Amino acid sequence: MSEPFDPPGEPWVRVSPKLATLRRLLNIGAGAVLLVGLTVLAAMASTWAAVAVAVLGVAALGWGWVIVGRSVRSWGYAERAEDLLVTRGVLNRQLVVVPYGRMQFVDVTAGPLDRRFGLATVQLHTAAAASDAQIPGLVPAEAARLRDRLAARGEAGAAGV
Amino acid sequence: MSEADQKQRDDRDGFRRLHPLTPFIRGWKIFAAAVAIALQQAYGDIGTGWLLSAIGASIPIGIAYGWLSWRNTHYRVGDDDLRLETGVLRKRSRRVRLDRLQAVDVVRPLVARALGLAELRLEVAGGGSSEAPLAYLSEDAAQRLRAELLARAAGLHHATPEAPEAVLLEVPLGRLVEATLRSVALIGMLVSLVFLIVVTVVTGEWSLLGFAVPFGLAVVPISVGTVVRHFGFTVAESPDGLRIRHGLLETRSQTVPPGRVQAVRVVEPWLWRSQGWCRVEVDVAGYVGEGQAAASVLCPVAPRAEALALLARVLPGVDVDAVPLTGVPASAFWLDPIGWRSLGVGADDRVLVTRTGRFTRVTDVVLHEKLQSVRLRQGLVQRRLGLASVHLDTTPGPVNASAAHRPAAEARAMVDAEVERARVSRSLARPDRWMSPPTGPATPTVTR
Repeated sequence: MSEPFDPPGEPWVRVSPKLATLRRLLNIGAGAVLLVGLTVLAAMASTWAAVAVAVLGVAALGWGWVIVGRSVRSWGYAERAEDLLVTRGVLNRQLVVVPYGRMQFVDVTAGPLDRRFGLATVQLHTAAAASDAQIPGLVPAEAARLRDRLAARGEAGAAGV
Repeated sequence: MSEADQKQRDDRDGFRRLHPLTPFIRGWKIFAAAVAIALQQAYGDIGTGWLLSAIGASIPIGIAYGWLSWRNTHYRVGDDDLRLETGVLRKRSRRVRLDRLQAVDVVRPLVARALGLAELRLEVAGGGSSEAPLAYLSEDAAQRLRAELLARAAGLHHATPEAPEAVLLEVPLGRLVEATLRSVALIGMLVSLVFLIVVTVVTGEWSLLGFAVPFGLAVVPISVGTVVRHFGFTVAESPDGLRIRHGLLETRSQTVPPGRVQAVRVVEPWLWRSQGWCRVEVDVAGYVGEGQAAASVLCPVAPRAEALALLARVLPGVDVDAVPLTGVPASAFWLDPIGWRSLGVGADDRVLVTRTGRFTRVTDVVLHEKLQSVRLRQGLVQRRLGLASVHLDTTPGPVNASAAHRPAAEARAMVDAEVERARVSRSLARPDRWMSPPTGPATPTVTR
């Protein structure tokens, strides 16, 4: 039996693994600060508490490492003749289908850290606010190509609202 | 068009002005705001004399401001657009494409009615609430301008006489009042009130009655407001589109051209079931932001059969009850123990229909051709149960159609089938200018 989140014929195009690196660094950065703080607090109570907090904290960071990897690997998109499919999510899985003709505009954004890592996010907007189709972790060249292609196809298939 | 009107039209490159009484209504609003602020401050230690002079001063200030803004507001109706220039200090010039017109509303607030004035609102998709309000015009001018805008938007000559209309539905006052009274909130309030009084009498703690005030404050104005707003609700049909008129104090007459209704929601509250009544709400792309809920009502209360007959006129060829709905598997009980039996979804070649709600039954109708996107979602529990939900996204509005807790494989098949149906329907959709002849399938309309 086919799975509900199977790709439509061709395989999903996955996003860059560099997105996982970026997110892991962010996680570890924030997590380490929090962990050091908590450990110092626990150390005021007793050494054993501090050790327990440190061990748990490191375990949580390790778990986060794995989760981020899975979450980034879960993103994927596929360009079909008439529409774009985007899938994501590990625990809560989602698949969005946006017809090109329904696209109102396409955004490409890249924050300072994204740029450092050579990443960009493509966001599609339709007249429905709920559509929410974005693809993070694209190489800038691919993001630009996707944007132009979506825009071109959108123009060809566009209808009024 | 009268000679005087023509003259007014000709000054300044065909730009017209709003009605000269506009500043007084605008000024009145500032005056009312000043009085409201003054009343709030009256509990403070500010002297009465000071208050009165502040209120007095607000009148000329308001009128002066209103006059300046009137002086600087001009509009012109072109072949395919409306130009609106406003702004005293910051000038703004706006162009509204008439083929993208989603609705034209004529609103008459109480004060404007007394002076024989009306506000004309052009609604287009996107942006905030009412992008091009023309406040105020004389009632005549508003009526004529509305007809002209609709004729131009339809692709007809601008001097086309106003289209005749046929009344489809009228809501009698008695039914409106009874329907409003049959609300869980209102009855809950009355029960709580009685309970409070009993407790008060039994315990002798009279201060408890203070709790009654917020109850009344919350519910009574809403109920009265509903009746006042929907008073004399009439839906009529004309080649221009749907005409909806209602209101006791502030009257509103909306015109929604053909093909502008994106989706429909039929709501049957629990306490209306015995009467077989329902409420009908629509998604229209122009109705967004503040006032959306008020503008999106197609019928505040009507017997279901009447409401469905109305729907068949609004969406020709659509028969909601003829669409067979299929339920969800019993495993959905774990996710929706109360409502799972009520869930259902079905589609024909025009619409997709979803049903939800154990007590208040909600039926959403989405036109394939108006679908914006489709989403398939599956949470952790759903995956364990082999279920998934499908969301059908339409333009912002009351309709929020989703088919929850379908068998996973069926849900995916539904997504694929719906995408295909939407593609086919879009290529057959009628043109934006609804009176111009269709140009065959896959009409290459221009992007917004």
